[in-house]
Amino acid sequence: MTNSSSHAHPVDNEAGKLGMWLFLFTEFFLFGGLFLVYAVFRAKFSDGFHTGANDLNAMIGTINTVVLLVSSMTVAMAITAIQKGSNQKAILFLVATILLALVFMINKYFEWAHKIELHLFPGSEALQTLERGELLFFSLYYMMTGLHALHVIIGLTLLIICIFQIKAGNTHKGQYLLLENSGLYWHLVDLIWIFLFPLLYLLT
Amino acid sequence: MRNAEKYTHVSYLEHEGKYKGIWSWLLSTDHKKIGLLYLYSIAFFFVVAAILGLLLRLELIAPGPTIMDAQMYNGVFTLHGIIMVFIVVIPGLGAVFGNFFLPIMIGAKDVAFPRLNLLSWYIFIIGALLGVASQFAGDGPPDTGWTFYVPYSAESATNVIFALTAAFVLGFSSILTGINFIVTIHRMRAPGMGWFKMPLFPWSLYATAWIQVLATPIVGITLLMVIAERTLNIGFFDPALGGDPLLFQHLFWIYSHPAVYIMILPAMGVVTEIFPTFSQKPVFGYGAIVISSLAIAFVGYFVWGHHMFTTGISYWSRWFFSFLTFIVAIPSAIKVFNWISTMYGGSIDLKPPLLYAISFIFLFMIGGFTGLTLGALATNVHLHDTSFVVAHFHYIIFGGMGFAFFAGIHYWYPKMYGRMYNIKLANIAWGVLFTGFNLLYFPLFIIGLQGMPRRYFDYLPQFHAGHFISTIGAIILVIGIFMMMYNLIYYRHRGPVAPSNPWKGVTLEWQIESPPTHENFDVIPEIKNPPYLFKKEPQT
Repeated sequence: MTNSSSHAHPVDNEAGKLGMWLFLFTEFFLFGGLFLVYAVFRAKFSDGFHTGANDLNAMIGTINTVVLLVSSMTVAMAITAIQKGSNQKAILFLVATILLALVFMINKYFEWAHKIELHLFPGSEALQTLERGELLFFSLYYMMTGLHALHVIIGLTLLIICIFQIKAGNTHKGQYLLLENSGLYWHLVDLIWIFLFPLLYLLT
Repeated sequence: MRNAEKYTHVSYLEHEGKYKGIWSWLLSTDHKKIGLLYLYSIAFFFVVAAILGLLLRLELIAPGPTIMDAQMYNGVFTLHGIIMVFIVVIPGLGAVFGNFFLPIMIGAKDVAFPRLNLLSWYIFIIGALLGVASQFAGDGPPDTGWTFYVPYSAESATNVIFALTAAFVLGFSSILTGINFIVTIHRMRAPGMGWFKMPLFPWSLYATAWIQVLATPIVGITLLMVIAERTLNIGFFDPALGGDPLLFQHLFWIYSHPAVYIMILPAMGVVTEIFPTFSQKPVFGYGAIVISSLAIAFVGYFVWGHHMFTTGISYWSRWFFSFLTFIVAIPSAIKVFNWISTMYGGSIDLKPPLLYAISFIFLFMIGGFTGLTLGALATNVHLHDTSFVVAHFHYIIFGGMGFAFFAGIHYWYPKMYGRMYNIKLANIAWGVLFTGFNLLYFPLFIIGLQGMPRRYFDYLPQFHAGHFISTIGAIILVIGIFMMMYNLIYYRHRGPVAPSNPWKGVTLEWQIESPPTHENFDVIPEIKNPPYLFKKEPQT
């Protein structure tokens, strides 16, 4: 604790991790609300969801899935590296993770840009003419991938902070809670995508 | 004249930290100071919302428009609801007394994440300010009620987005506090304090924290969906955009019914501390109270549908939700029996905290029984959206959580400030409050039964008598609140110095100085006995 007005008790890493897991649970529930809405509307309008999912480019989705899975691996490797005391390797793996995350976001950008070119964006007239199930599908598509993209950006920021913390010497072999928690967060981002991908792209 | 007497130790209030002056408060990570920051901000918003409530009652003193028009009335009851529910009642007890006393009662020096704790307060303040800003920014005060039902909340021309964002941000603060408390209780209990040696207020906070963590994200995403509906035309709930308004009600109440237990569980925890102390007797049925707290937290998840009996949900789901609503009354009733049995045969000392705690039982039971009336399918159809509902939840929220808060502040005041308020004045203020409260809300039961709808700014002449008595009650109640606050504020510096254990309590907070030192404990205590062991011989 650097703040002298706080109480000087030793950093409790177990507490830090427990807190992070609880926070991740709340994130699951946050997305859980959307999954619930998805389930309800899918049951009601399965035809519309079918045509909607056919309109999505499964190729881009697959590439993004692979990219995120690999990035999950590199972040785990970064943690292993720091545990073994090689900070340089850890930074390298973190940079790799960040680059993969950027690839994901760029892919996402092209995917969204293409949809918007086709006038399939919330509130567009083209979307209003679709039947109800398809309209709801695209609403969910934008809301879920949008919220997920927001989490990617937050995760990216955390990983960048980790790099600076390693360089500053605050994160090292003896104390890497921040990196571990950021890694957990990144796995969450990955895990949610693992559910989004089949629900939006594959289930037709 | 300030009282010249002083306590001798250096308390947390005078502790010299890194920062000076106002910053020693605004940047403090001391759980006690953060508790007080919450206390002052919540007290401020409570007064604001209470005055709004008084304005609503004044409008209803006679049929026809009296002091405001219908649109303004809608805005005022919405803001009254948003402030009271999201800013005052949901965080209230946990953020104030939980922050201040949870670490002390489990023998810790602080919560698990002190800086996160301070951050939660800042997020809370941002949310609160957004809520207030919704009244002034944009296109006029939101008029949807605190429940934000679609499709109206998606279509209303007023400034709903601010209010939705406010509720979202406040929910985030609540989640962070919940996480902090769970981790604190898991990791920071003093050596020897097993789970079943923990006092019952921390237990109630533990059950509450789980609800905060597991339920709040659902309302968070729901509010985000409504925001998306208003800004991006993403229509999950608006039938015009393909959505389903009933889905909103489900998602909203999946959180907002457990939120009722976020409000009431810590209140039950507070009075559970007070009854043993003022009866000088161990609490009756410690295990039953723990289990009933957890049972309330658990079953509370599965009763949300009782807010929706008249929306056309299926017969079986109505039957099911009604049945579960009756089930959730059982653990609450167990607690009432426990409190009364704790007092039975005790040497009762009728001081202000106990007065408030006993009136808590009385008011909570009226609220609880009328809750069963509303939980029964047949009567619900008749009473839905009448002022009977308004009276019911005010008896639970104000009569329950509010009176428990007042009980708590009178109980722990000498510990928090090291001074004692005027007991006689506190008793009188209690009498005024209690009288005003019942005069205000009881008539609403009767006119509700007769058919007075809620959220109407005008009414038929036959309801005049009830509304008139109710408004008189509101005025008395507000006088009582100000008397109580005057007592507490005036004697903050002028009251006689309080001993470290004025009520002869036995939980850990009474074993340390009043006010506590910055570190709470010089040496972390070893816990050998279960809580609430009173000496057989009365102490002198």
